[in-house]
Amino acid sequence: MSFNIENYFSDQPKDNIILHYKGNVDSDVINHILDSVEEKLVAVDEHPKLRKKVYNVLVESLQNLYHHVDKVPDDYEDQIDKYGLLVVRRIEGGYKIVTGNFVQTENKEKLEEKIKRINRSSHEEIKELYKFILNHQRISAKGGGGLGLVDIARKTGNKLGYEFVGYDDNYSFFYLDILVTEEKEN
Amino acid sequence: MEPIMIEGTPKTPTVKFDSGEGIFEIKGRSIPENSVEFYKPLVDWLESYKESPLDKTTVNIRLEYFNTSSSKCILDVFKKLEAIHKAKNEVEVNWYYEEDDEDMLEAGEDYESIIRVPFKMIEITD
Repeated sequence: MSFNIENYFSDQPKDNIILHYKGNVDSDVINHILDSVEEKLVAVDEHPKLRKKVYNVLVESLQNLYHHVDKVPDDYEDQIDKYGLLVVRRIEGGYKIVTGNFVQTENKEKLEEKIKRINRSSHEEIKELYKFILNHQRISAKGGGGLGLVDIARKTGNKLGYEFVGYDDNYSFFYLDILVTEEKEN
Repeated sequence: MEPIMIEGTPKTPTVKFDSGEGIFEIKGRSIPENSVEFYKPLVDWLESYKESPLDKTTVNIRLEYFNTSSSKCILDVFKKLEAIHKAKNEVEVNWYYEEDDEDMLEAGEDYESIIRVPFKMIEITD
């Protein structure tokens, strides 16, 4: 079976797509996506609390791509510097945000460990982890603070869904699946 | 000291640091990709202000959104304020959050638990 990002999309439901993007994730693209999604959520009169959560999560997931994507494989059709994909979809009770990007095999394990650690933590532990990283870790040379995924998990209160799809020996394509849902009443 | 006056943009906040009045304000959205570039001049300015601060400094933080990269820079701003407070000057932080915005309230509480400066949490109701 050949590797095809489009297959991933064709397997996804087509309805309720708020935004679908594939390509270079630079600063202007991020601005444009944020404006566009915010406008759409305001237009449908989305509850401010949920709208803000979606916006926050979108900022972090796009800037994660901006700061951390690995270069695309040499033989990949789109030779783009910061290649990423994004889908924002309305679902029952909230929104689903999916991002995708290439990850070099040597970086895969570290990323997966990080996600697993977040997913087995309670909400209280995630809060503490956030504060610890905030207070102890410097901003990396890439410009990231190492807080993006932790922040996403904290704000959504949901587990991070993810998948690594093998590309070749040196690369996987990484999908991050984020649910932003309305909070339940206590 | 020359005050800092920066107009806000969709990704960076409005900033007013006036050493004459002792009222410092950061307001709006803080979601730039390179937050260090934006905040370094503010942190440097506070480092100078620290040399001869007013008896009382009031800091108003009124952010609608901020990204995790800014969160570290904002912590650096607070650390300068903490040093001013530690040198026996009055410093007060007013942390504003919009009605119902628990995430922003929690973010303020994070800083309050890390930084030894009095914080006041103020809910904005329209």
